[in-house]
Amino acid sequence: MPKLTAKLRSKVRSARSKVALLVGTKKGGFILKADGARRSFELQGPFFLGNSVHHIVLDPRDRRTLLLAARTGHLGPTVFRSTDLGKHWKEATRPPAFAKVPEGEKGRVVNHVFWLAPGHASEPGVWYAGTSPQGLFRSTDGGDSWESVTGFNDHPMYRAWTGGEQDGTPDGPKLHSILIDPRDGAHLYLGMSSGGVFESLDRGGSWAPLNQGCEADFLPLNTGIEYGHDPHCVRQHPLAPDVLYQQNHCGIYRMQRPEGRWERIGKAMPKQVGDIGFPMVLHPRDPRTVWVFPMDGTSVWPRTSPDARPAAYVTRNAGKSWKRLDAGLPRKNAWFTVFRQAMTADARDPIGVYFGTTCGEIWGSRNEGAKWACLARHLPHVYALEAVELGR
Amino acid sequence: MRVLIPTPLRSYTGERAEVAAEGASVRELLLDLDRQFPGFRFRMIDEQDAVRPHMRVFVNGEQTLSLDTPLASSDEVQILQALSGG
Repeated sequence: MPKLTAKLRSKVRSARSKVALLVGTKKGGFILKADGARRSFELQGPFFLGNSVHHIVLDPRDRRTLLLAARTGHLGPTVFRSTDLGKHWKEATRPPAFAKVPEGEKGRVVNHVFWLAPGHASEPGVWYAGTSPQGLFRSTDGGDSWESVTGFNDHPMYRAWTGGEQDGTPDGPKLHSILIDPRDGAHLYLGMSSGGVFESLDRGGSWAPLNQGCEADFLPLNTGIEYGHDPHCVRQHPLAPDVLYQQNHCGIYRMQRPEGRWERIGKAMPKQVGDIGFPMVLHPRDPRTVWVFPMDGTSVWPRTSPDARPAAYVTRNAGKSWKRLDAGLPRKNAWFTVFRQAMTADARDPIGVYFGTTCGEIWGSRNEGAKWACLARHLPHVYALEAVELGR
Repeated sequence: MRVLIPTPLRSYTGERAEVAAEGASVRELLLDLDRQFPGFRFRMIDEQDAVRPHMRVFVNGEQTLSLDTPLASSDEVQILQALSGG
């Protein structure tokens, strides 16, 4: 049987399913559904209006189950689950929560569930959740009940690795970027803001920092320290799992395993733009192609597009050089930011790249960033975008 | 006893503003509410058994901060979401 090209596979997929964006916002969840050509998009929702929805993720193992992380300003954090692509939702019977401590001690309390990650393909029903403050939780029943991953949450170095609440983001310290090696479900990575990147080879039973080569210019010792870094977004290539990238508070990095040293590839970015940002998106088939969305990380960290002229940047040679992608984007006075979960890519050919902004717009490009169009506006602050394929 | 439910928690009570529940203390009452309306308790009480910020419990009009406050079947308990923000 002849091998299908990526373009042909994309056409076949287009006939069977449509691209959709799962949108988490400060005020609820939405689904933005594309037509077959990805030219027009239809907005559905909101669901859980008034809840902060930090992440919505489709289970790639059944392509029907959605998990959604939610909290309101006043009620506690929880996870909702849908097994019919969002038509009906059911709350987790036991949401992620830290262990209760003895009377008189100060225990940790989950403020919000920030990150959801399906487990390995060979482990149906397994999910991981990362929380604020930093906590790692696992479900083995499809997200209905969650257990603390004690190998991390109760690790003797937990306090040293994570720092205090003052070391977190303005919205609280976060555990994010939970990565499961597609070759081995016991091999995990995670990122923490702050804390750094950590690796486990035993399904979360034990952990070790993986930050060598990464800078931390907010600490007295900028280099050579083991932990305390601030990765904003860490990605592992699905077809080349030894290739890791991270958009860090201190630049853009790449690591080729088994070596354990980060190389700062953001040095090749234009000096006036810099290599600070939140999100990072990998090409699903080409491990040398990566998109980032820089922000102003100078002086007091405005966290807006540099010079109010937003642009994505792409490298097609693993960071040796970068190309600005701003066709169709505002040329001036655009003071938004793109959060770490709010940029994503589909798997079509050419790749569709999408991002959501802090001012409630969703932008997309169906030609890998060559030309952008605004797909939705006037939404709440966009926290998260995930591109998925939904069946007809 | 009679328990008054604030609007943010009525999705758990079938939109009922008032429900009946039992318990010899606020702690027991909340466990009964959670039995009747799964998920209710964790949205207002955290994993360290503290009432979450902005949530308030009143017994016969008096605010209580302790889950061990005793209750009688004739008491009226009101759960409120305190005004906050601007």
